[in-house]
Amino acid sequence: MPLDANTPDLRTEFKSVGTRPNRPDGVDKVTGRARFGADFSAPGQLVGLVLRSPHAHARIKSIDTSAAEALPGVKAVITYKDIPEQEGCDKDVLVNIMARGTALYDGHAVAAVAATDAAVARKALKLIKVDYKVLKHVTDVDEAMKPSAPVLHPGRFEPVDYNSLETASHVSGKQETKTKTREGSNIAGRYVFGHGDVDKGFKQADIIVEHEFKTEATHQGYIEPHACVASVSSDGMAELWVCTQGPFMVRDVCASLLGMDVSRLRVTPSEIGGGFGGKTTVFIEPVALALSRKAGKPVKVVMSRSEVFRCTGPTSSASMWVKIGAKKDGTFVAADAVLKYQGGAFPGSPVEMGAMCAFACYDLRNVRIVGYDVVTNRPKQAAYRAPGAPMSAFAVEGVIGEIADKLGIDAIDIRLKNAAKEGTVSSYGPTFGPVGLVETLEAAKAHKNYKVKLGKNQGRGVASGFWFNFAGNTCVSINLNVDGTLALALGTVDIGGSRASMCLMAAEELGIAYDDVRAIIADTSSLGYNDISEGSRVTFSSGLATIKAVRDLKKRMCGRAAKIWGIPEDAVKWENGAAHPAGANAGGFDPLSIKEIAAQASATGGPLAGHYEINAEGAGPSFATHVCDVEVDPETGAMKVLRYLVVQDAGKAIHPSYVEGQYQGGAVQGIGWVLNEEYFYGKDGTLQNAGFLDYRIPVCSDVPMIDTVIVEVPNPGHPYGVRGVGETSIVPPLACVANAVSSAIGVRARTLPMSPPKVLAAIEGVAASKA
Amino acid sequence: MSAVHVSTKINGDDVEFVCRPDESLLDVLRDRLGMTGSKEGCGTGDCGSCSVTLDGRLVCSCLVMGAEVGGHEIGTIEGMAQGDKLHPLQQKFLEGAALQCGICTPGFLIAARALLERNMDPTETEVRYWLAGNLCRCTGYDKIVRAVMDTAKDMRKAAAKSSAKKPAAKKSPAKKTAKKGARHAA
Amino acid sequence: MLKVKLGGTLVNKAGGRTEFEVEGANIMQMLRNLGRTCPELEPMLKKGVSVAVDGQIYRDAMLQPLGPENEIILLPRMAGG
Ligand code: FES
Ligand code: FES
Repeated sequence: MPLDANTPDLRTEFKSVGTRPNRPDGVDKVTGRARFGADFSAPGQLVGLVLRSPHAHARIKSIDTSAAEALPGVKAVITYKDIPEQEGCDKDVLVNIMARGTALYDGHAVAAVAATDAAVARKALKLIKVDYKVLKHVTDVDEAMKPSAPVLHPGRFEPVDYNSLETASHVSGKQETKTKTREGSNIAGRYVFGHGDVDKGFKQADIIVEHEFKTEATHQGYIEPHACVASVSSDGMAELWVCTQGPFMVRDVCASLLGMDVSRLRVTPSEIGGGFGGKTTVFIEPVALALSRKAGKPVKVVMSRSEVFRCTGPTSSASMWVKIGAKKDGTFVAADAVLKYQGGAFPGSPVEMGAMCAFACYDLRNVRIVGYDVVTNRPKQAAYRAPGAPMSAFAVEGVIGEIADKLGIDAIDIRLKNAAKEGTVSSYGPTFGPVGLVETLEAAKAHKNYKVKLGKNQGRGVASGFWFNFAGNTCVSINLNVDGTLALALGTVDIGGSRASMCLMAAEELGIAYDDVRAIIADTSSLGYNDISEGSRVTFSSGLATIKAVRDLKKRMCGRAAKIWGIPEDAVKWENGAAHPAGANAGGFDPLSIKEIAAQASATGGPLAGHYEINAEGAGPSFATHVCDVEVDPETGAMKVLRYLVVQDAGKAIHPSYVEGQYQGGAVQGIGWVLNEEYFYGKDGTLQNAGFLDYRIPVCSDVPMIDTVIVEVPNPGHPYGVRGVGETSIVPPLACVANAVSSAIGVRARTLPMSPPKVLAAIEGVAASKA
Repeated sequence: MSAVHVSTKINGDDVEFVCRPDESLLDVLRDRLGMTGSKEGCGTGDCGSCSVTLDGRLVCSCLVMGAEVGGHEIGTIEGMAQGDKLHPLQQKFLEGAALQCGICTPGFLIAARALLERNMDPTETEVRYWLAGNLCRCTGYDKIVRAVMDTAKDMRKAAAKSSAKKPAAKKSPAKKTAKKGARHAA
Repeated sequence: MLKVKLGGTLVNKAGGRTEFEVEGANIMQMLRNLGRTCPELEPMLKKGVSVAVDGQIYRDAMLQPLGPENEIILLPRMAGG
């Protein structure tokens, strides 16, 4: 997109950008002063608690709230009846926040209370009588696709002819052909991507490898549980303080669910204690508002950790089949995949994105991917960092690892041979512009970690990954203060240090010191609509809007200088934090610094500000290559990650420390996915490990230092070349660690997590087959 | 349940409060005293974001009853900086980008301070095991471990300097003999 | 005339057709004409789609100009973490 005339489209020389200053919110966060979701309180607030279904699938015959209502101290009890369906609202979200007739998963909200304190609220929950009729349930994706499975939403999804599923041998239930015409199925969608002729392609192959893979659902695992304080006044004016990735989304969704005018609801985002996609939707927010509306008092609702696990969105579990054919020299000739993702009790699993990402790293003439979106009796999945991509990459990169081994080709070389580059028609359709996969592979190969000699029971794995990156609606405004410092108002919640990056870009653009800019995250009444902080879009989109808002301000400041000097506006240019006459002809005026312009602002026409509103486009994709060394204990099956390297294209790293932080954090989340993390359901369909003790995310002693290399292949869609970096880093680790394990002990694990008993069983299996 | 009256010391100041017998120290700090720097990530002793010191011992405040702390000394994140001077660990966390979202940060700082008070020269492995009771989902721990190691190094340098100046007054790290943190003993 | 390719689910909805030729000077016009040419697609188009123009993905920019020289691919609407 063209930028304003007198600034270069793409800046390549930087003063502030690329440095590592302290973040503006840092001191508050190291001193405990920063206010997160649960740290807000409103005078006279009540405590809100939610009653949740203990059954995986049950018809709710009746709910009796009278005893709870009669308890002294209880100010409101609500059920779905208090949130009547509004025209045009998202029905799935409505049903998810409060069950209507049927509880669809263990933990599904059924009622809620607001009381003077937590003890009374807990007592009130116990007094609510719900009469359930327990129904048959299903939590496994393959089981849910079978004709014999209980159907979650009778009549909603088309019945399926199970023989016609082209997945033939790969869809369980092949032998069961009965279709349920009346009830339909649990298959909410079927998606196909690809190009070329896959069958023909496989005919040219010297080697074909195909396998089935399974991954379990994992939770985003943010350390801060969901929390909010809602306050609805009798005139309908409402305030909501909440930890979310998207305050504007929360405002609009809550208003639509509750039948309010958007202007009546003001949402103020708190500091956010992690999100990773899990805070891109609503759970307790509309419930808190409905409670407050009924009670006539502010209501605070904070989830417990077990509620976070049971009822907020983990990602999908997946069952996959991947087949790749290659020539002897390693060239891929065809690739085929079937992906089945369950997205919990409602449609919308990220299988489409998993399908689009599956082979996106490679230049393939013949490729096909079929994806199934399946519903089960689990909580509605929510986005989790590069939604859908890590699972399909696990399967694809695993097969590639095996092909490389069988052909005796180096794991990086085989990827280099097939890597997508500028001009490659991607497996999901579009042709790539400048992208950095080859650069990440080359940097990984040159890195010292790739040369370390491995010992006994040690192995090395390689995997690459891709994520699209998003852009979207963004508004920014910047105000010049009387002393020449600046207030920058952003509408994208800062999850990992983005305020620092925005200040750096503003300072760069103005030619002033980083410390002279202070960034804040505005509430929903102060700025125009901003999309959610998701899809690795913040540094790109808000960065772009910040740069343009600053350019707007610069133009106005140059206009002021022109007036003061009595020369035409276009005879003034901005340089190094000051307005200068553009050339000798403009006159011999001394430059006017930003401080001088600010001091005179009032006398020369009033306050100065810049702003910019855009639906940004042009976020460039980001590729990564990871290399990992592990050691496996053949006696116990336990594994230790010895070394881990992340190489990723950032386009341009604005604040390199926080770019590295994204690489490291994503990698360790991925490592957790491989090693321990899983949703574990009992026979009764209830979640068995709804706590950090049993749902084990990586701890400090589980991982080594995470080495990083930032590759910079500028994104032409951003004035500084920025690409989003937040998500790609979680795509390769699953396969990377699995490939390392296979090189260590010769066992290919195709089911995650690879917990020690599973690895041990696999080792014993190999030993037995050799004996 | 009738409320209990408790007199205690928090960050060196005398504090009095009333609480119900079933309230945790974390509830008291956050909801009764407005000290929201200690965070609740789980309420079951698994995440460490509520870490405080109790008579110098590292504990999860969600596992300590508020009614039990009478007569004891509690240290929270709010007392870590001295006036406007950050503790060296706070400074290093800030400079080293050892926080992303920052929800785990108070807990890590309290836990790391407890470690460095016992051992000014920890190995990377010792740091990693000591901090294994604190969960961080954002950073992958790399920059946190580095910040702790770097602070230890600086503190050793400073200690060497001051002991070179007045060798007689060589200070041994405080509370060297204090018991290991409760949650690490398990 | 614009050449528009379909990706993903859209293909099934369009009865297996993968390519269309429609008029239009920008994304909005293109989508409107596509909906007329192939009414089966209408519900999907209403729900929202992403449009890849020469490899660049647009989710909402309805006024993005299009010409016969562009590679235009319709994709399902995307969301991120
Ligand atoms: S809140 Fe105390 S350990 Fe998690
Ligand atoms: S910085 Fe977010 S949990 Fe540690």
